[in-house]
Amino acid sequence: MRSIDQGTIPLDDASVRHLDLCLGCRACETTCPSGVRYGTLIEGARHFIESRHRRSWPERVQRWLVNRTFPNPAVMRIFGWSVRCMTRFGVHRLARAGWVPAPLRRLLRYLPDPKAPFRSVRLPERTAPRGEVRHRVGLLAGCVMQSLFGTTHTNTVRLLTEYGCEVRAPEGAGCCGALLLHNGDRERGLELARRTIAAFDSPELDAVLTNAAGCGAAMREYGEHFKEDPALRPAAERVAAKVRDVAEFVHGLPDVEPRRRMNVKVAYHDACHLLNGQGVHAEPRRLLKDIPGVEWVDLHEAEVCCGSAGSYNLTEPELAGRLAARKARNVTATGAEILVTGNPGCILQIQAALRDQGSSIRVVHTADFLAEAYTNGKAARD
Amino acid sequence: MITERLLRALRDILGGDGVVSHATELSVYDCDGYTLEKSTPEVVVLPRSTEEVAAVLKLLKHEGVPFVPRGTGTGLSGGCLPLGAPVMVSLTRMNRILELDPANRRAVVESGVVNAWVSRAAKPHGLHYVPDPSSQMACSIGGNVAENSGGPHTLKYGVTTNHVLGVTLVLPDGEVVRLGGMTEDTPGYDLLGVTVGSEGTFGIVTEAILKLYPRPQGYKTLLAVFDSVAGGSAAVAGIVASGIVPAALEMLDRLILQAVEDAFHFGFPREAGAVLIVELDGLEAGLERAAGRIREVCESNGATEIRVARDDGERDALWKCRKRAFGALGRLAPNFCCQDGVVPPTRLPEIMERIADIGEAYDLRIGNVFHAGDGNIHPILLYDERDREQTERVVAAGREILRECVALGGSLTGEHGIGVEKVALMPLIFTPDDMSVMEQVRSVFDPEDRCNPNKIFPSAEQHVEVRSPRRQAAM
Repeated sequence: MRSIDQGTIPLDDASVRHLDLCLGCRACETTCPSGVRYGTLIEGARHFIESRHRRSWPERVQRWLVNRTFPNPAVMRIFGWSVRCMTRFGVHRLARAGWVPAPLRRLLRYLPDPKAPFRSVRLPERTAPRGEVRHRVGLLAGCVMQSLFGTTHTNTVRLLTEYGCEVRAPEGAGCCGALLLHNGDRERGLELARRTIAAFDSPELDAVLTNAAGCGAAMREYGEHFKEDPALRPAAERVAAKVRDVAEFVHGLPDVEPRRRMNVKVAYHDACHLLNGQGVHAEPRRLLKDIPGVEWVDLHEAEVCCGSAGSYNLTEPELAGRLAARKARNVTATGAEILVTGNPGCILQIQAALRDQGSSIRVVHTADFLAEAYTNGKAARD
Repeated sequence: MITERLLRALRDILGGDGVVSHATELSVYDCDGYTLEKSTPEVVVLPRSTEEVAAVLKLLKHEGVPFVPRGTGTGLSGGCLPLGAPVMVSLTRMNRILELDPANRRAVVESGVVNAWVSRAAKPHGLHYVPDPSSQMACSIGGNVAENSGGPHTLKYGVTTNHVLGVTLVLPDGEVVRLGGMTEDTPGYDLLGVTVGSEGTFGIVTEAILKLYPRPQGYKTLLAVFDSVAGGSAAVAGIVASGIVPAALEMLDRLILQAVEDAFHFGFPREAGAVLIVELDGLEAGLERAAGRIREVCESNGATEIRVARDDGERDALWKCRKRAFGALGRLAPNFCCQDGVVPPTRLPEIMERIADIGEAYDLRIGNVFHAGDGNIHPILLYDERDREQTERVVAAGREILRECVALGGSLTGEHGIGVEKVALMPLIFTPDDMSVMEQVRSVFDPEDRCNPNKIFPSAEQHVEVRSPRRQAAM
């Protein structure tokens, strides 16, 4: 990056290619003894590239699609709906049987089973807890989560309200801007971030929660992103300081304890932006291990990226596929029945790879699994 | 020198993705861990097997093209810097552990296998591979063999050459030879012995047979804190003289200690002048008594505090701090040059004092983190490569430190090799006759001087001039 900046290496297809290949998993940050913040550097580099480098037409179309559809809840809702229709008509089976052209087939691989389709949800602006209000938390409904992972949202709210949390999910929060910021579309990303900050900047909230790793990682950096903007900086820093992952927050609640036995063999995969972006490692593991009946198995290379990496599996399918296959092999080797992980992208990616390898292991969001074990009522099932 | 035809021929052998020739992509190969000098190869090839290496070297022999082998680029003397060698052979894709034989305590590995992987694979069998360079998370076995690498635990157990039973060597003409073997000793001249530490000038090692050792029954790891480097050095001399051979005996000075503490939050006393890490291993039975003796020696040399690692977790944390100290140097300066000299352990107090003086004279910050037990010093000269004048001072100060080592009865390198870095200093310890004999040995393996040319011998440096446009101090 320095060489490009200083002009000793040209900004050409070759140099851009190598920077494109970076997953942005930030594992290097976790391991770097010198404390280099590579995530910030690569984000800056991507912004530099997108503003100065002319990409080929197919790449531009692809990036335009990714950057315009994902961060837009309305578009994603339509997308979720059409996917539900498609799975009902069995498109995925056609795809898996090889009746669909290759590029489309690659996309269709990620479709869920018709038994557990994408569900969208509109979270209420305010959900009251069971019993008295002991905590007030914001929950980012987000773009992909609310249109495709509605069940996980419902379970997150159930889990939180069980332990005295009033859950606020302001409509105006929209998309947090993470995907755009990570992809180098800084201006539009910050525009979205401004709305999210405004929606959550309230002294009433004890914490602002996310159940998508990339969102949490980006939101924790809001202060950094707006450090040049004196008007917004204080609010950005206030919100950033309150951002927590759902499992991390639940783990910190005083009265949390398992309510149900779960006789199942469980492994856990670290989402990169949870582990490296937010430093969440021990909390979900402890919550899972505490559940009576859960047989814990260690996943080899749990901390290695599955290749999902935001939209990486769409822009770099070849390398993403290799990482996914490696991850799926490690998961299968554990002999687990359920793989738990805290990020929607990882779930789709690993589930697809497991399916390809003929495995029946289910990949489940941490919040879904915890809602089942840590609440008295019945958790929502797909 | 590299023609389109040669590139095509290389691609025929290795496939398109096995040949790197784009200028931008080549730039990452322009140095190793010794960043003071840089030089970019014209093409990098990435073979996957001994057969592919042999085919490439046959082709290069036919074309008369010199080449340089490269492991994972963690070397610290510029050993894989391409000087007059347009082709670089990178062994990173040869990364398989071919055979693990716990019963006979052997492992057969390809040369691109990372050092730490061997111990990781052997761990379930209660075994490990002893030589543990600080870069063991990244450095390759092939590079270890080339440089005869050391590490903290080689004080008691010996360096790489004591742990390699055999290698597969592809000679510069493409012929594949096997030196040594599965057994402890092989009759005839010890060709394996001269190959280990030949700095990649005999050919390309593609496989190695390694010895594995049982993990010791017990460890006792002590951390002794001193007000000054002088106190720590005196304690080292005392421990060595006491007749106890620790598994490792390492020193960190204040500058390094503070960077390491910022990185890993171990709980080092930030104001200490120096700390010693002393590790004893072996049968549980004798450990306590030896530890008591070490404690006495440290205290009589002014140790202000002595801590003992309570469990494996604490021991691991301590070693992590030591081994990853280099990684934490980015907190101190953008660049560093890690020097590598040796003095008799009893002369440590003197050399440490002289290093401090040299730092002052050249106006450079110098930290120290090193294998004190065998007198193998690693002064770390901090600099910023964008400051050309400062960079030149680093080169001059480094040379002066090594001259002091030699003057104290020591040597130019303990484990990093001569490479390009110390070529000019060779006459300090060798006569022209010595070097001429060494060059004759080399010519047995590489008669055409095509394998990693212009390294080790000062006569080579005269040739470098011709190619100097590509060799320049880092800007």
